[in-house]
Amino acid sequence: MTLADFVRQELNLTGTHLGCEHGVCGACTILMNGEAVRSCLMLAPQADGAVLNTVEGLGESQELHPLQRAFQDHHALQCGFCTPGFLMTAVAILKENPTPSREEVREAISGNICRCTGYQPIINAILQVSKKSMETEK
Amino acid sequence: MTVGAGMDEINKTSQSYVGTPIKRREDVRFITGRATYVDDIKLPDMLHGAILRSPRAHARIRSIDTSKALAVPGVIKIFTYEDLGDLAVPVPIRMYQLPGLERYLQPLLARKKVRYVGEPLALAVAESRYLAEDALDAIAIEYEDLPAVVDVEEALKNESLVNEEAGTNLAAIHEFLIGDVDRAFRSAEYTRCEDFRVHRFTGNPLETRGFVASFDGGREELTVWGVTKLPHLNRQIIAAFLKLPERKVHFIENDVGGGFGIRGELYPEDFIIPFAAVKLGQPVKWIEDRREHLMAANHSRENRCRLEVAARKDGTLLALRATLYGDMGAYVRTHGGLVPCSTAALLTGPYRVPNYQAKIHLVVTNKMGLGTFRAPGRYESCFYRERMLDLMAGDLGIDPVELRFKNLIRPEEIPYEVGVTRPGSAPTVLDSGNYPSALKRALHEFDYEKLKPLQGRYVEGRYYGTGIACFVKNTGGLEPYEGARIVIGDRNDVAVYLSISMLGQGHETGMAQICADALGVPMDWITVYHGNTDTSPFGWGTFASRGTVMCGSAVHLTAQKLRQRLLRAAGEQMGVDRATLELRGGKIYRINTEAAPVDLNEIVSKVRHLGTLNQGSPELEETGYFHSSQMTYSYGVHLAHVAVDPETGMMEVVKYLVVEDVGRCINPLLVHGQTVGSAVQGIGGTILEELIYDETGQLLTGSLMDYLLPTSTDVPDIDSVILEEAPSPLNPLGVKGAGEGGIVGTGAALANALSHALADCRVQVKSLPLTPDRIRAWIRERSR
Repeated sequence: MTLADFVRQELNLTGTHLGCEHGVCGACTILMNGEAVRSCLMLAPQADGAVLNTVEGLGESQELHPLQRAFQDHHALQCGFCTPGFLMTAVAILKENPTPSREEVREAISGNICRCTGYQPIINAILQVSKKSMETEK
Repeated sequence: MTVGAGMDEINKTSQSYVGTPIKRREDVRFITGRATYVDDIKLPDMLHGAILRSPRAHARIRSIDTSKALAVPGVIKIFTYEDLGDLAVPVPIRMYQLPGLERYLQPLLARKKVRYVGEPLALAVAESRYLAEDALDAIAIEYEDLPAVVDVEEALKNESLVNEEAGTNLAAIHEFLIGDVDRAFRSAEYTRCEDFRVHRFTGNPLETRGFVASFDGGREELTVWGVTKLPHLNRQIIAAFLKLPERKVHFIENDVGGGFGIRGELYPEDFIIPFAAVKLGQPVKWIEDRREHLMAANHSRENRCRLEVAARKDGTLLALRATLYGDMGAYVRTHGGLVPCSTAALLTGPYRVPNYQAKIHLVVTNKMGLGTFRAPGRYESCFYRERMLDLMAGDLGIDPVELRFKNLIRPEEIPYEVGVTRPGSAPTVLDSGNYPSALKRALHEFDYEKLKPLQGRYVEGRYYGTGIACFVKNTGGLEPYEGARIVIGDRNDVAVYLSISMLGQGHETGMAQICADALGVPMDWITVYHGNTDTSPFGWGTFASRGTVMCGSAVHLTAQKLRQRLLRAAGEQMGVDRATLELRGGKIYRINTEAAPVDLNEIVSKVRHLGTLNQGSPELEETGYFHSSQMTYSYGVHLAHVAVDPETGMMEVVKYLVVEDVGRCINPLLVHGQTVGSAVQGIGGTILEELIYDETGQLLTGSLMDYLLPTSTDVPDIDSVILEEAPSPLNPLGVKGAGEGGIVGTGAALANALSHALADCRVQVKSLPLTPDRIRAWIRERSR
């Protein structure tokens, strides 16, 4: 069983989506020990003992993660199917580089496909959070 | 400027949700992973289906042996054509049913012959998807291969027939004539004839298709989750297929991962999954995988056009003559001849073309069937027309911008009747617009004059070019009505039930804005429901950029009707004439005063409990419909600036602008979202995507590694300008659809930009896509 199917079917965490099941679209991106992985390309036993983070753990509707709020602020989702994958990718991007440039964000999300938004608002949303993190560091 | 009657009504309530960039309220469930897409639905005892698809493009079926598959542990049943028995109907045509097309209907499961790679042959149902897919491998089929036809020209030779009984691969012809085209060509100072081609590509929503069907045998009621776009029509057809009354069939869309025209049409799977659920008495889920999606969900666009133009030497257009060939694939399904016919229907675009003739040939081949994809036909015809205008400008030594200004229909000529351009339809009438103004605005926003000196220049290893495309896009109309039911609940609570579905557009926010203004209540009182044939038994659906035009208007009118009803109840309660009252922000005021308002909730509560007010009825709700057979026409301009490396053929889209007049913008955030998203879809479709078949009819682009969708690094930030210069007179909100304007001109503008860039290399683009290998080949060919 793939890790994606395990997360969705055995753990009932259906926020992680499957868009292509061959590692191209990025909709199934989750964090494994803090790193973004494509859960459709892994078998569940490969995650034995690992810490997994999915979109369900990112924030609650009453207490949204700054990235979730930024996605809403910038209209960075339409159908919402790719969104969990983008959010988890964005968490990993900002962990590695908390103050990326626009072009760095563009490059970093180029492994995820969105069919609705044209990416622009997604980049804006991630940059909003990166700026905020800059401010809090000061 | 024409203002719809309803606009004054809105202003009276002095609220202004409409026109405001309000953040989407539906977002929260999506960003927290709590949305429910069809694959997220789990029912007790649910079984899983997998579909055996033909690996051959054209073959006779000698035998199908399912015995080994049935022996796989966990496999419940294998359905083939024979199992359908007396329910074996074909997938029907629902529109553009041109005479002749009825000979090419698709059986629900292949019978005797397979006609394209991906055609459904059998459905395996098992305890899990894994097991169902294993079962497919164990089904043995003997084929007798037949020669495949994968090209329109080959097909027209009729050497190998996709359907022998029809006796020809030319499924139908449709033609029309406006004015006297022959005379215009005889007397013209300038004529030119070109052959153009648009490639095959498709929408690829990120969520593939899927259904869960569940049959309650005791009550004989069927519920199907996952149906989108046209739930009511689909329900009608599926109910008839299963010989159930419509009211016993419940179609529920849940959350949907994008549609773009291709999702929600009736496919064979729409029949066989509910069929299996009824036969087995257990819920059945089927989720398409991406490979299946690429081979067996509607393809679109593929079309050829011989276009002839007649004009005066000064560039004044006199006539166009189009001879079109649509590659329909193996079967004609729900859309009939829509895609190629729509190519012809708006080919004259926003220009004054007094004489126009089109002849459309619909040709069957051994490929996947052709259906709609965002701006079907209009993307194609915009490319043909705008390329021809640029070629003509070059021939006549006229600036391409000047040529367009000369021929654009002037505002005083609007409404402008083009003539009858659609089979069995009323004349095409461009309802409102100021086309030259949109072009002026676009040139200004793009800094066109500044970029012009770069036209065709070679700078640091790359050629630069800028291309223009002007467009009109019919929106709304198409099917005659949409409706809304608005129900006042107990406290600060208004429910709006839409007759349409939502595939990512943001109706839960946009429709709430319209309702709040027209009803006179705070927007946060309102919850919008959609895509459910139980809560809204009548409706058509979400397509052709008609959601806001049709259903938005229904919400507006119904909310106004309900407001009058509330005021009457309040008048009774307060002992005053309702004409002296108004509803604002959820409170009842004496007209034009701020003093002592009565909370609407008090009135509602009295109506509920006393049962004597409101003509003795406890209900405070209204249902209403908006009818329109006429289309509104959005219009605008695309401008593209590209840089091309002649060594590699790589084209970078450096800058891109879409200007579109949507009549009236309900929510700028949503409208810009539609424009930018559809522009990127169009750019991707133009520079990256193509569904390629080899000569044996094998699909070579069956994964996202071969079929490239645009990613963030393939496209620039898109500049989007929304205009509201010409509200539509055809609906109370003045709106035009905003879903497709962003894609219509992408092929045309990019092809024009590339042709200008490569003027030195004498490359003139006449076919799409604009992939590096093709660009390189054109450069090589011309430099020989």
